[in-house]
Amino acid sequence: MSELTLPTARQRPLDPPDEVTALRQQGTIHRMTYADGHQGWLVTGHAAARAVLASPYFSNRPEHMHPPIPSARMELATQPEKLRVPPGFFLRMDPPDHTRFRRLLTGQFTVRRMKMLEPRIEEITGACLDAMEAAGPPVDLVQEFALPIPSLVICELLGVPYGERAQFQADTKVLASLESKADDAIAALGSISAYLYGLVQRKRKEPGDDLLSGLIESGELSDEDLTGVGVLLLIAGHETTANMLGLGTYALLTNPDQLAAMRDDPSVVDNGVEELLRHLTIIHLGPMRSALEDVEIEGVTIKAGETVSIHLPAVNRDPARFDDAERLDVTRPAGGHLTFGHGIHQCLGQQLARAEMRIAYPALLRRFPGLRLAVTPEEVPMRSDMSIYGVHRLPVTW
Amino acid sequence: MEIKADTTVCIGAGMCALTVPKVFDQSEDEGTVVLLQDEPPQELEEAVRRAVTLCPSGAISVS
Repeated sequence: MSELTLPTARQRPLDPPDEVTALRQQGTIHRMTYADGHQGWLVTGHAAARAVLASPYFSNRPEHMHPPIPSARMELATQPEKLRVPPGFFLRMDPPDHTRFRRLLTGQFTVRRMKMLEPRIEEITGACLDAMEAAGPPVDLVQEFALPIPSLVICELLGVPYGERAQFQADTKVLASLESKADDAIAALGSISAYLYGLVQRKRKEPGDDLLSGLIESGELSDEDLTGVGVLLLIAGHETTANMLGLGTYALLTNPDQLAAMRDDPSVVDNGVEELLRHLTIIHLGPMRSALEDVEIEGVTIKAGETVSIHLPAVNRDPARFDDAERLDVTRPAGGHLTFGHGIHQCLGQQLARAEMRIAYPALLRRFPGLRLAVTPEEVPMRSDMSIYGVHRLPVTW
Repeated sequence: MEIKADTTVCIGAGMCALTVPKVFDQSEDEGTVVLLQDEPPQELEEAVRRAVTLCPSGAISVS
């Protein structure tokens, strides 16, 4: 048996590593050696990924996991006692604990509620574009557009004062970096948790018209639980959509025909957003699950205790599921990609992310019809060193 | 075609309401699936099947 470890270096910035896509010729589930020597699995096929993520026999609890690559952050993610993950961090729970938290929140993120938020997202987007126009050119699109839009939206939704963002954005960056030292990651999570705990205390005294205040009022969660929920939503709301907006704009700027379609044809935008989600798949190191008992997936027996990593970028380019899967085509129906996951942990904020992207991409492209990179595509620094893929900076001009 | 929705396994992802808003909605409080019609007209059947495939928790099914 060959000793497969998870390759993270990409030959081309928008495509998954060639070693991973090449694996699909041998099947969809592969033996993989984890950073701690654990003999687990790597999934590269769409159907197998769905089967694992939908199965009740796999756990998402950190104590069952093994780090897929050697990094302080990934190692800590498997040792909650060291990282002191606040109790309400329901992403890393199994039912029935997960179910209880998810139920309290799903009503806040429905398709209809996100529709109602659209005018506010449009206002926020317009204000960011005004500021960008006033500041440049050239500007860093990440700082002027990709980060502030989702950041403002999630802060407003949760009830986090946007003016207080500097510290928790810095903490989030440390937590998301694969190169952070363990002590720094522990300190960053401590800092962001302390901030949220303090905010919960403030909201108990002076509630507002926001999600955290609403959860406090429901009386179902302790302050510690509320802290964990807040930390999860704040981190998830920042990192993910920001990187989709940054990397998506890079992808469009380097594929001018696709950019023109997104800019000029409003009927393309919904599909275009799904296709960018599929093609770019910013979740590039997981998700992971560990078998609670022996499970057979596509003829392979995954034994109890074994960890499975799902390579979402490869899964979303599976030719068995998507025709001409390697090509970026914003006009194709790309629904069915697994960028938001599958099963009970499928992204709670996905309809919010869609609303933000459907508004932000066309608004940007129409405000700056001459938008182009201010550097060569090769000079744009990619986030290979972060747990969420994307661009560190995107210098643009118009 | 007859649709069944199981709110006990629904996780409120909203894929059904997004895909076929004429057939599926989400409850105000819990965000779980609300069936607007359980026997959809033929022209919506393909979209309903797509919604069943997209549902992450297996909460909706057709017979």
